[in-house]
Amino acid sequence: MNNSKDNILSKIRAVKRTEIPLPTIGEFAHPADLKKTFCEAILSNKGEILTQEGFMEIMASADFPKRYSPIEAYRKFNTFKLPQDPHALNDLDLAIVQGQFGVAENGAIWFEEEDLIHRVLPFITDHLIVVLSIDNLLGNMHAAYERMDNNHSGFGVFIAGPSKTADIEQSLVIGAQGARSLKVVLV
Amino acid sequence: MSHPVEAEAFLKDKATSKWHDETLWFVRDKRDKVSKTVPEWEELRELASQIKDNVLSQLEVYLEAFEKNAVANGIQVHWAKDAQEHNKIVLEILKNKKCKAIVKSKSILTEECHLNPFLEKNGVEVVDTDLGERIVQFLNQAPSHIVLPAIHLKKGQISDIFHEKLQTEKGNDDPTYLTQAARVHLRGKFLGAKVAVTGVNFGVAETGEFVVCTNEGNADMGVHLADVHIACMGIEKIIPKREHLGVFLRLLARSATGQSITNYNSHFRSPAVGKEIHLILVDNGRTAQLGREKFRNSLKCIRCGACMNTCPIYRRSGGFSYKSTVPGPIGSILSPGIDLQKHSSLPFASTLCGSCTDVCPVKINIHEQLYEWRQEITKSQSALNGKSIAMKIANGIFSVPFAYHVSGAMMRGALKILPESVTYSGLNTWGKGRDLPELPKESFRNWYEKNRK
Ligand code: SF4
Repeated sequence: MNNSKDNILSKIRAVKRTEIPLPTIGEFAHPADLKKTFCEAILSNKGEILTQEGFMEIMASADFPKRYSPIEAYRKFNTFKLPQDPHALNDLDLAIVQGQFGVAENGAIWFEEEDLIHRVLPFITDHLIVVLSIDNLLGNMHAAYERMDNNHSGFGVFIAGPSKTADIEQSLVIGAQGARSLKVVLV
Repeated sequence: MSHPVEAEAFLKDKATSKWHDETLWFVRDKRDKVSKTVPEWEELRELASQIKDNVLSQLEVYLEAFEKNAVANGIQVHWAKDAQEHNKIVLEILKNKKCKAIVKSKSILTEECHLNPFLEKNGVEVVDTDLGERIVQFLNQAPSHIVLPAIHLKKGQISDIFHEKLQTEKGNDDPTYLTQAARVHLRGKFLGAKVAVTGVNFGVAETGEFVVCTNEGNADMGVHLADVHIACMGIEKIIPKREHLGVFLRLLARSATGQSITNYNSHFRSPAVGKEIHLILVDNGRTAQLGREKFRNSLKCIRCGACMNTCPIYRRSGGFSYKSTVPGPIGSILSPGIDLQKHSSLPFASTLCGSCTDVCPVKINIHEQLYEWRQEITKSQSALNGKSIAMKIANGIFSVPFAYHVSGAMMRGALKILPESVTYSGLNTWGKGRDLPELPKESFRNWYEKNRK
C-alpha cells in the first residue's frame, strides 16, 4: 500500500515545476440588507421563511405528529424520543434544529455535529425547521469560513434548502432523498 | 468508434436531440444570470485558478499534509496508483466488513475506475443513490453528463423503466410521482446499507477534512446510516486551506446549474463514534497529465459541467458520443491523456469557439488545449500512417483555427444563432454524419458567408 504512495509522490516530484504562490483572498462587499438577501436566497433554494407566529402555529397543530428537537427551549414540543440507533429516525416527521450562522448570499446555514446529535438527523427527517438568530447572519462564504475558524467538529454541513432534484427532464422536484421541506425561523 | 459516428446516432431522434440542445443552453443561461449577480465573479475565477495553480505546483506537499491531518483525525487513508488498485482497495474493505451491498452517491472517479462492474462481478450489489444515476443504472447505461447524469433521457423512458423496476403505474410520467417512487425505493437501500461510497469535491490539506456537495442529500443519507464511509478522491481534488472552500463553493454550483450553492455541503473531518471513514487517493493517469506541461492545468477542473452545457458540439451530440467517462470539452482533453488511440477523435469534436474557456470557473484554457491535442494527434498518427483518420481530420480542421482567429468574437455570437438556423436546417455538420473532414469547412464557410456583413 505504501508502495503506491511512494510511487505517486515520486512521480509528482519527478515533474519539474516552479512554485506558484497562493493568492490572498481580498475583501468583498457584503449585501447591504443581510436579512432581506438571506430570505430571498432561502426562497430561491426552495426553502421557506417562517414567522415566529407561524412557527408556534405549527407547534400547536397536529401536522407533524412525530417531532424532535435537541434545542433546550423546544424540548417541550418533543413527541419523539431520540433513539439510540439513528435508523429509527426514519419515522420522524419533523426535526427542529438550531443553525450556528447563515450566509446571506446563498442561504447556506452552518451546523456541526453537536447541533444535530445524530449526523443524519437533518437529512432523514421528513421535514426540517431551522431556528437561526438574525444576529448570526453573515454576508458571504468568506465571512462564513472566517467565522468557523478551525473548529474541530468531526462533521459540519451547510444546508441551504430542502432535498431537491431535477434529474427527470430538468423538472424541479422537492423532496428527493432527504428532507422534503426546509423552513427557517429567524429570531 | 469515432465521435462523429456516435454523434450521428444521437441525432437520429430529432426531437430528443433538439430538446437536449435547448435544455443545456437553458442551464448555461441560468449560469450566466446568476454569475452576473456576483460583482466579484471574475475575481473569484482568477482566485480559483491561482489557488489550483499553486496546488499543482506543490501537489506532493499538500497530499502529504492532507494525509497526515486526516490520519490524525481518525480517517484511514489509502493510495491507489490506478483504477485497478482503487477497486481492489474498495473490495478489500467490503470483504473485511462482510458487506454484500453498498449505496453510492455521485462519483465520477468511481465511474472512471469502473467500480460498479468490478464489484458486481465480485458479488456486491451497488445502488447508485443520486436519482439521475439510479435511472441510468436501471438502464445499464453510464451517466451522459457529469452533473446531469440522465439528461439524454425523456420522462417517458424513465416512466417505462420505473414501471419495470419499481412497479410504478404504467404510463405515469409525472416527475414528482417518479421521484417519490425512487425516494421510497432508495430509503429501503439507505436503511439497509452497512457501507456507503461517495466521491469528494474538495480535500483540505490544512485540516485533513473533505467536502461532498449534493442537492438530493443522498450522500449524507448513505454515509450517516452506514457503519463505514469510503470516499474516493482524485489526487488533484486537494486545496490548501479551509478558507479556499469559500472561493470554490461560491463558484461550483453557480457554474454547474445556476444555483447559488448546492443544498447540502458536508464537511467530513472524523468518523462518528464507532464508525469508520476510509479515504482513497487515486492517481490513475493524473501524475502523467501533470507531466504534460501543455495539458497540466486540465487538472484544475472542479467538474462543474459548465463547459459541457455551453459547448455547441456537446449539446448536439450528447454525452455518449464521446465514449469517455468525462465527456464534453474537458473530457476531450483528459481522455486522450489516458488512451490516445481510443480517444483520438475527441479533440476534433470542437469548433474551438472558446465558449468553454469563457465559462470555466477555474479558467482552464480548454479550447487552446484541444487545439494542442490536435497537433499532438496529427503528429503521432501521421508518423504511423500518412492516410490515417486523424490526418484527414486535420486537413479539414485547418479552417477551424483560421475561423477562430479571424472571427473569434463572431463565433461566440454564433453559439446562439446556430441551434435554429444551422443545426436543424440540414446544414448541420454533426447531424448529417458526412465525412468529418468536410464538415467544419462547410459549416464555418456557410456561417461565415451569412454573417460577414
Ligand atoms: S473544465 Fe472548467 S467548466 Fe469544464 S467541468 Fe471542469 S471546471 Fe467546469
